Amino acid sequence: MDQTLIIGLLAATLRIATPILLAGLGETFAERAGVLNLGIEGIMLMGAILGFIAAYLSGSLWVGLIAAMVVGLLAGLLMGWLAVTLGLNQHVSGLGVTLLTSGLALFFFRVLFKGAASAPSIAPFQQLKLPGLGVVAPILEQYWLTYFAFLLVPLAWWVLHRTTFGLWIRSVGENPQAADTAGVNVAGVRYAALAISGALMGLGGSFLSLAQLGTATFGIVAGRGWVAIALVIFGNWQPGRVLLGALLFGGVEALQLRLRAVGVNVPYQLLLSLPYLATIAALALAGRNAAYPAALLKPYKREE
Amino acid sequence: MLGWRLEKGSAPLWLRALIPVISIIVTFLLTTVLLALARANPFAAFYAMLIEPLSAPVSALEVLVKATPLLLTGMAVVFAFQSGYYNVGAEGQLYAGALAAAWIGQLPVAHLLPAPLVIALMLAGGFAAGMLWALVPALLRPRLGVDEVVTTLLLNTVMLYLINAILNAYWLDPVTNWPQSPRIAVEYPVIVPGSRVHLGFVVGVAVMLSLWWILTRTPLGLRLRAVGLGKDAARFMGVNVARTALVAALVSGGIAGLAGVGEVAGIHHRLLEDISPGYGYSGIVVATLGALNPFGAGVAALFIALIEVGGQSVSRQLGIPSFLADVVQATLLLVTLAMLLLTRYRLRRTTEWIKP
Repeated sequence: MDQTLIIGLLAATLRIATPILLAGLGETFAERAGVLNLGIEGIMLMGAILGFIAAYLSGSLWVGLIAAMVVGLLAGLLMGWLAVTLGLNQHVSGLGVTLLTSGLALFFFRVLFKGAASAPSIAPFQQLKLPGLGVVAPILEQYWLTYFAFLLVPLAWWVLHRTTFGLWIRSVGENPQAADTAGVNVAGVRYAALAISGALMGLGGSFLSLAQLGTATFGIVAGRGWVAIALVIFGNWQPGRVLLGALLFGGVEALQLRLRAVGVNVPYQLLLSLPYLATIAALALAGRNAAYPAALLKPYKREE
Repeated sequence: MLGWRLEKGSAPLWLRALIPVISIIVTFLLTTVLLALARANPFAAFYAMLIEPLSAPVSALEVLVKATPLLLTGMAVVFAFQSGYYNVGAEGQLYAGALAAAWIGQLPVAHLLPAPLVIALMLAGGFAAGMLWALVPALLRPRLGVDEVVTTLLLNTVMLYLINAILNAYWLDPVTNWPQSPRIAVEYPVIVPGSRVHLGFVVGVAVMLSLWWILTRTPLGLRLRAVGLGKDAARFMGVNVARTALVAALVSGGIAGLAGVGEVAGIHHRLLEDISPGYGYSGIVVATLGALNPFGAGVAALFIALIEVGGQSVSRQLGIPSFLADVVQATLLLVTLAMLLLTRYRLRRTTEWIKP
């Protein structure tokens, strides 16, 4: 392989990893606090489409970005109400949140853009222009959101492992009884973690429409939320290893894009499914070593 | 803080009977907000959605047509969830069944064989294909502890790409250049003359009755429900938990495959990219609304089908996006989940101050 090819692959890997990394970090917060947020796929779609609509109507990408995070946050709070306050089954209520948020996103898409297959194009965020990098310029000249996502990895680690808030999150996800006894507001911490998770999922979705594509379509998220969930398990709920998983997914996706460009004798839709199959393989490899947060999926109710 | 407190105890019967009604009312109150945002008259919208389809025989029968795949994906979910296996891959398994039916139906030999035999082959092939697509998650869970929710969801996306690949690369229509399979040789017979209601509805009802019988009247059903209620207790009873979950997963996949067979053999008569607008996911709604009971899910399938048909009539008449139906479905699911809590608890107003 020649140099430009490798550089191109690395550049694409970082770009593709961005939305999955943002959503995956969000999911990490939720699951570390003991709540599986299966709303992820729909919240990403809502972030992508409603964020785009907000940017389109206001003429400002920043308004779109903030709108995506706000609707994501609200969906996270809804998940909190269902899973924490009501203590419902997290699988079914999470899928319900995905169905609801996707339905809302597509509803408003149709209200605004009628029967169009994709929204009108807008000028998206641009990749940064950095001077004096020579051949590696394509790797480092990414969207600022990509930089932001990568900086969030150490930040998320720091919050989870070096702050009181992080200790609360981990304690309500491992042993809510003990946390409650120690005076931690279990429901409050879980709500906060779900709000963070929703906002990051919305942001991850909006990267697709406001940076990568500059438009929005129905299939814009295409299962990336499910991939993010898988990568959180693969990453053993550690931000650093979630990043590794996101890079692996990004790498396989970049490779298949490259294979498609070269023109191998395989339908490109089959290549498109490769990253998803790789994700399943990664899950199988992580397999039994996955150390699930002990209180994941378990609603907490104080014994009276 | 003064507030409500939930206390354990069975809810009064009148309340349990009223829950579906209350859920539906709450759902429509909530979605009124959405209609207001879309500048539509909610009364006109709900009339067009819930009453209008039932006012003419043609559209009322169309509800049965829509209910056919929902009945089957709903049963697939009921069967898996009853045994504690979260198969949320009915969408992918439906397409696997559709692919098998389209492939068998378009074979040259299908033109020569008697029609009932071809239909039987399509059903068997669709069931087997759905099972096959459910196999990997079903094996990964007991062997490597991989969560079936994640793998079945991921395989839904993989199946969509696979269908796209096959239609665009191998079955591209030579005349129209449209991604669709050749027409199948034998179709499901129409069972109500002058409508689109086809044999698939009978298949759905048969599956519903069989599931009820299996779950309540056979040792297998007892084992399945025991595993669903608690794996450790079931193991203690001497149930082979891993094998029981495997049976649940595979049969569930097979039933979802039958939904795909119906859409190919009964409606489109060929495989298309968009034969399912999410019937697999709606199956989860159907099963939950039916409280994981086959008959309950049967009624829920009819109601969700009414909402789907109604969504299209709302769209036609008032220009409101048909995705309204999806929002109503999802809201109904969440509201019903919340309302079902009331059957397990009594809600009491607390009079003393309690810590939030």
